[in-house]
Amino acid sequence: MTAPVIRELVESVRDSLQTLGAYTLFAGRVARETPRALWRFSLVIEQVYNSGALSLVITMLSGLFVGMVLGLQGFDLLQRFGSEESLGSVAALGLLKELGPVITALLFAGRAGTALASELGLMRATDQLAAMEMMAVDPVRRVVVPRFLGGVISMPLLAAIFSLIGVFGAQLVGVQIMGVDAGQFWSQMRGAVELEDVMQGALKSVVFGVACSLVAVYEGYHSVPTAEGVGRATTRTVVVSSVSVLLLDYMLTAVML
Amino acid sequence: MRQTRAIELGTGLFVLLGFAALFFLTTQITNREFGLGDKGYRLTAMFEQVGGLKPGAPVSMSGVTIGRIESITYDFNEYRARVTLRIEKSFDRIPDDSDATILTAGLLGGQYLGIGPGSSETFFKEGDQIQFTQSAIVLENLISKFLFSKAAEGQPAAEPAKEATQ
Repeated sequence: MTAPVIRELVESVRDSLQTLGAYTLFAGRVARETPRALWRFSLVIEQVYNSGALSLVITMLSGLFVGMVLGLQGFDLLQRFGSEESLGSVAALGLLKELGPVITALLFAGRAGTALASELGLMRATDQLAAMEMMAVDPVRRVVVPRFLGGVISMPLLAAIFSLIGVFGAQLVGVQIMGVDAGQFWSQMRGAVELEDVMQGALKSVVFGVACSLVAVYEGYHSVPTAEGVGRATTRTVVVSSVSVLLLDYMLTAVML
Repeated sequence: MRQTRAIELGTGLFVLLGFAALFFLTTQITNREFGLGDKGYRLTAMFEQVGGLKPGAPVSMSGVTIGRIESITYDFNEYRARVTLRIEKSFDRIPDDSDATILTAGLLGGQYLGIGPGSSETFFKEGDQIQFTQSAIVLENLISKFLFSKAAEGQPAAEPAKEATQ
């Protein structure tokens, strides 16, 4: 009676262990091929364009609105303590350390990660990857690593743009609409934000870049070569990257704080 | 060919924007000042208590920022805290009997070092030590002093009452 349940449990544990191991091995393979891929940097540049430059508009737009809503909510909250002048520091710290890296990573997973996964999945489904192997071209080196590196390079830049636009969004609402003194806004911000805070945000976004890109290329590369398999790989990319970004964010914050 | 050029142009624009954003964030939003050839000169001051003073905090005279705290270390020869300040070069006419006080900006603000000018004819130069310092006010000490003085006041008043009962 209970035997099938236990067997299922054991199997599911074994499956998740296997997935973790496969991820690690794949990460090792990607890392090993990275120096060689840097030789052909034009391939990486193309991927920086695909996952970075093409994500620019959505990132900037989201940054603006996140900053604006932060300005509005922050003003409302700080006004209760009569310290609406510190809106600048609250918005800047919030954006730099948390919202910038995390929301950019989530947007990246949705915009660029899915594109990567479906592209690789389709390559797998149409036997392009197998064809490369037949021609003695390592698909990991030629296709996977440039995409991975493109994502890793793009993410910190996207996060920086997000945070900067967000600060201006908060300034727009806080100073122009709610009437916080502009001088107070900027000077409080400068007083509160250390170079360390910017670096923490940048470090976070680099880690998220590695995580999101790795998940996207892994899921795409290992997708089941059918129409359904590609769709499933895309979905898994978003789910796994989002969850791992939020998990990593907590761990990184706990370590760095 | 045209397509690769468009891609390169787009990538270049994106990377430029990204680095510009990073540069702006590190220089304009933080309290660091970069690229100043003007390194200024260093002074030291000894304090019994530095409270919440941090490296990077401003040094000000009459509210004008004239420098920053460079480092705070503990001096085991004097058993006091040694604060090193870097004063900008243009502020080179600070009398050498000026005093340094650790102050707090606002009720909840950060702590900074205030310099009150003395009346000496000679000025501070590289490596000098500020002789007259006043430590940070620690709120707990202030409260306990207040309470003890209150208690001491209450003592004599309680004494006669005791005698009256005897």
